[in-house]
Amino acid sequence: MDTTDLIPEPPIDLRTGGNAPTAPSHDRPAIFEVDGLDVFYGDFHAVQDVTLDIARNEITAFIGPSGCGKSTVLRCFNRMNDLIPTARVEGSVRYHGLDLYGPDVDPVQVRRHVGMVFQRPNPFPKSIYDNVAFGPKIAKYDGDMDALVEASLTKAALWDEVKDKLRDSAYTLSGGQQQRLCIARAIATSPDVLLMDEPASALDPIATLRIEELMYELKEEYSIIIVTHNMQQASRVSDRTAFFNIEVTDGGQRTGRLVEFSETATLFTRPQHPQTEDYITGRFG
Amino acid sequence: MTTADGHPASRPDADIVDALRGRGLGVGALVFEGALLVALLSALSILLVLLADVVSGALPTFRTRGIGFVLSGLSLSPDTAGVLTGIAGSVTIAAIVVALAFPVGVAAALYLEEYAEEGWGTTLVDTTVRNLAGVPSIVYGLLGLAVFVPLVDRIGLGGVSHGRNVIAAGITMAVLVLPIVIITSAEAIRAVPQTIREAGFGVGATRWEVIRHHVLPSALPGILTGTVLTLARALGETAPLLVIGVATGYFAPPANVGVLERLTGPYTALPVIVFSWSRQTRPEFLETLAPAAIVVLLGVLFTLNGAAVWLRNRHDRRW
Repeated sequence: MDTTDLIPEPPIDLRTGGNAPTAPSHDRPAIFEVDGLDVFYGDFHAVQDVTLDIARNEITAFIGPSGCGKSTVLRCFNRMNDLIPTARVEGSVRYHGLDLYGPDVDPVQVRRHVGMVFQRPNPFPKSIYDNVAFGPKIAKYDGDMDALVEASLTKAALWDEVKDKLRDSAYTLSGGQQQRLCIARAIATSPDVLLMDEPASALDPIATLRIEELMYELKEEYSIIIVTHNMQQASRVSDRTAFFNIEVTDGGQRTGRLVEFSETATLFTRPQHPQTEDYITGRFG
Repeated sequence: MTTADGHPASRPDADIVDALRGRGLGVGALVFEGALLVALLSALSILLVLLADVVSGALPTFRTRGIGFVLSGLSLSPDTAGVLTGIAGSVTIAAIVVALAFPVGVAAALYLEEYAEEGWGTTLVDTTVRNLAGVPSIVYGLLGLAVFVPLVDRIGLGGVSHGRNVIAAGITMAVLVLPIVIITSAEAIRAVPQTIREAGFGVGATRWEVIRHHVLPSALPGILTGTVLTLARALGETAPLLVIGVATGYFAPPANVGVLERLTGPYTALPVIVFSWSRQTRPEFLETLAPAAIVVLLGVLFTLNGAAVWLRNRHDRRW
């Protein structure tokens, strides 16, 4: 199915001041282009020289052992690393062709276009309705908020379970429901990308399956990047997979590197790199 | 004995079973537990004796005077003296403390926790605040005398007391409890899970929006509890008030005057009344009136502590 017709191009203007048109060109298949990305936390070189493109309306999985920097790279796509005072990012991350780390880019605007779902369900200590409505509210959404909340919850496959208790605390939901609520909250601001940082690692297998099914539906409308420890999950849901690994430098420092990035089927059946093969066959990690 | 699949039970199994049969606590453990209990009981009994002493001293006053003791003002005669003037002074001081220390303290804590970048500067400020919380209250009294009394007089609120009034007392007490308000508020703010902040930033909230909509509401119960408890401390303080010129003897509050004259005139507070009555020459003041004033003061403090507990339970959140 050609999904490009379904996606309304969001008006992309992440700049703080001007309103210069930055229309994405359609000959660019990638939504993100990462080139020579290095991330530091203070003196710690967390990720080194990552270059990859994230395709539109696909699910891209980041896998690798703990500490390989996959979450760190994920958090570069919505500038979440900015919240860590010592974090420093070098290289370029282009989103619809615009340098995300350009001097005139407002990280707050970036996060409205690039939604995020976290490892542990983290609903606000508020009602189900207010959880979903918060993002649009602070973005000064002036449409029908009830309709938006319903649409977001429906897309997150949660509406039927919560429609009669929208005013109840989000903490009355189960863990799996809370995570779907967090997905509804993320898509309520009409992002075109969803970042998911091990979204199912705190859930039971049934709730995990629901999240995976949901991701499959969501990629019709969104580009999804998922970090996961679970290789079966990556092979089940993703179109492309990036394998990160830890490299020990000459000075004894550990740093994350992108080892291999290809279509998921290829990466899991015919890995090009011996490290990838070792990892997916369970010989380490 | 055999296991389910017919193998004879091995010897170690029996050893484990034997080991699991409890032999009770050893003598050392019993002695230790007993020592802990004695420590607890002795602390408790001293408190109880104190309380019983005060209440038994206060009973005659309440029996003969009833609520009239609470509702009458200062007097030179033990038959008519009451604590109303002290209650008025203490409540006014408390109101000024809340109005000044609460907003300033919470704002300072928010800056320290949410805005200040980590570094030696922030650490220095943090340490200083903690040290200030431990400075003896008499020192704050000297500060009040040197700074706030002249300041109040300078800005035209000195009145007949030339700044030795309840306004200067309220400011001094606010500064006295400010470090504690900052520390307790900062702890409440720090206790808000980082995941809540990330969730807020993740949907495109600014730092202020995250604080306004998520951090503050979640931290508020803790902040309120801390503030109420510091208020109790401010109500019980006597030393700084004595330094900055609280009235320790009899005075007649001016009758038929406006609020400003009342605020700028001579004043007293509940603990100061206890102090001055215990120095009176007529024994009734020390023997029955001072204990009764203590009971009133304790009643106010317990009410405040109860309010703190109530606030905490009512707004308690689980993550």
